Amino acid sequence: MAYSFPEEVLEHVFSFLHSDRDRNAVSLVCKSWYEIDRWSRRRVFIGNCYAISPRAVIRRFPEVRSIKIKGKPHFADFNLVPDGWGGYVFPWITAMASSYPWLEEIHLKRMVVTNACLELIAKSFKNFRVLVLSTCEGFSTDGLASIAANCRNLRELDLRDSEVDDLSGHWLSHFPDSYTSLVSLNISCLGSEVSFSALERLVSRCPNLRSLSLNRAVPIDRIACLLRQAPQLVELGTGAYNAELRPDVFSSLSGAFSCLKELRSLSGFWDAVPAYIPAVYSVCSGITSLNLSYTTMQNPDLTKLVSQCPNLQQLWVLDYIEDCGLEAVAASCKDLRELRVFPSDPYEEDEFDIALTERGLVSVSEGCTNLQSVLYFCRQMSNAALISIAQNRPNLTRFRLCIIEPRSPDYLTLQPLDAGFGAIVEHCKGLRRLSLSGLLTDRVFEYIGTHAKKLEMLSVAFAGESDLGLHLVLSGCESLRKLEIRDCPFGDKALLANAEKLETMRSLWMSSCSVSFGACKLLCRRMPRLNVEVIDETSEVAESRPESFTVQKLYIYRSVAGPRLDMPDYVLSMGEESPDLIG
Amino acid sequence: MDMLCHRNIDLEATELRLGLPGTSERPITTPRGNKRPLDDFMEGSSTEDGDHLECPSAAPPSKAQIVGWPPIRSYRKNSLQQKKLGNQAETTTRVYVKVSMDGAPYLRKMDLSIYKGYRQLLIALEDMFKFTIGEYSEREGYKGSEYAPTYEDKDGDWMLVGDVPWEMFACSCKRLRIMKGSEARGLTCCL
Repeated sequence: MAYSFPEEVLEHVFSFLHSDRDRNAVSLVCKSWYEIDRWSRRRVFIGNCYAISPRAVIRRFPEVRSIKIKGKPHFADFNLVPDGWGGYVFPWITAMASSYPWLEEIHLKRMVVTNACLELIAKSFKNFRVLVLSTCEGFSTDGLASIAANCRNLRELDLRDSEVDDLSGHWLSHFPDSYTSLVSLNISCLGSEVSFSALERLVSRCPNLRSLSLNRAVPIDRIACLLRQAPQLVELGTGAYNAELRPDVFSSLSGAFSCLKELRSLSGFWDAVPAYIPAVYSVCSGITSLNLSYTTMQNPDLTKLVSQCPNLQQLWVLDYIEDCGLEAVAASCKDLRELRVFPSDPYEEDEFDIALTERGLVSVSEGCTNLQSVLYFCRQMSNAALISIAQNRPNLTRFRLCIIEPRSPDYLTLQPLDAGFGAIVEHCKGLRRLSLSGLLTDRVFEYIGTHAKKLEMLSVAFAGESDLGLHLVLSGCESLRKLEIRDCPFGDKALLANAEKLETMRSLWMSSCSVSFGACKLLCRRMPRLNVEVIDETSEVAESRPESFTVQKLYIYRSVAGPRLDMPDYVLSMGEESPDLIG
Repeated sequence: MDMLCHRNIDLEATELRLGLPGTSERPITTPRGNKRPLDDFMEGSSTEDGDHLECPSAAPPSKAQIVGWPPIRSYRKNSLQQKKLGNQAETTTRVYVKVSMDGAPYLRKMDLSIYKGYRQLLIALEDMFKFTIGEYSEREGYKGSEYAPTYEDKDGDWMLVGDVPWEMFACSCKRLRIMKGSEARGLTCCL
């Protein structure tokens, strides 16, 4: 068009748009904007690897430099998705190997990554810089050796929480002596010992190293010499933090920490021995992120450490912190934005040992005015506490509460916790993520459907009384993208009544609910762009299942790629006319 | 719990009662008596009548039986388990120690790490060798019996069991010896 800006100008303007949503909106304005965005899009986020084919992504965005792909459903984290389900990244890597020679970054979450994938990455992308494998599996340290040996421009290697076939620590030695560009290394999930001298040499020759997360096998007496080589570190994950107290080791460690003027994040501390904790005191005033969720350290040492960090924004800790520790946090850590409290003994029947109750969370909600994100495991909760929290912190955006015993009522009144969670959704108008627990009736879903208009992800377990609950959520939550449900009495009616809604969402997971086989087929017929996958691990053959058969697990997601072709035999796609489709 | 159910059924069969055979005042335990009813619901097994709502008020199964609950990632669970094992290992440097009793034909071995304190240890010793240890007091040692439990510490010295805190004892004990007779009395007299 004669009056529009030249392409280069538009492209430049678009480069200031960082969110995918904004860029997607831009691409809908007109054909030329679509084309400009298409050719200039450098980052792509694929929330579900089966929603679209690699070819389709490459066709639309030919010049991508950074890709993030997610595979398995979230409940795979809790062993609800059987092995072999899928989430293979290989087809993506092979497609990109030929079409994205300049690819720099690959971020994967819950995907199966093989050594062959890693080798292909190492060979195909000359300017490869960032590899983040979050909760992935399927590869061994041999695959890491390929990456280390071949990726000359690698900046970041982050294996967070992945399950690696740990053959040996030798892979680290494959970084050539000429390699100096490491910025971030996270090997905390690995079990075996890496060669310490190789690690030390690597750290000393990489002047841009900002983030180093060691694994448990690195002993405490070795950390000091590593830290001296990298005083510019911003993030540090220690290895095992225990040993008999030796004054020389302590002073060396203490001295090394005091040189870390840029340090903002600390984690690791496996098996931490309180005697060595004061070695980190010198950095506490600058610390914004503290992950003590692997440490067995208890009060008073635990609370003492946390209270020394006035600038703390993110705290991950075990319930050893107790209510008194959280009160101290509320008093000292006024800038706290995210709190995660994990259970130290989740299967312990005897509940009376841990002094962490709802009171700790209430204290933090009172004292920390910037608190936005909460993940809290506890053993008792009350509506009163939840209402307090909601009123104190209307700025909450993520609220995940796990009361360990399923269907626990308000421990004071023995009532369901509907009113408490209702207060949360009513007051916290910006709430994007919510996980429910405790005794809940359909009423809580009425509150959620009515108030949680910005809610994007909802996790429900052992809750509700009838289909109405599910219906209220699906019909009321306008922004809902991901819904995961287990062990709730939700069934066909709600699902079929809200079929169209499902195509506006990324995915729906339902396990141990009351959805019938027949309803799944019906849903699939009505909504051709939904993949309806039934997971059934019983040995019965598909044909013999009656329509009324209650499915074990159900995963529904929108897709423009049609039913996937890599399903194992226990996953049935409802996408064909005949139900007897296997694999 | 299961054994109890079966025992009850047997008793019922032999009980004399008024009424037609085959009737019972008490409800019969369900055929799937091995599993508590809630288990089936939790593990999501299908029932044709979709009867998921009627969860009996029976005690819920222990958390370990519910798959994927509480929602903790495996690496975190593994980390906790390792910690637990690690903690247990840390309480003693030696686990199995030889135990000798004066006059006994052969020695025994004991795992000290399974005991949480002296009382448990002494009861186990009494049980193993069928004898009685006297009352311990700091001043007089073990009074009221022929026996005195002793141990060899890291330095090779023979010490009376019970003088030092349990953790310290557990770390430094290399072997145990239950002294008898005059030697034992000699020990206790000196204190």
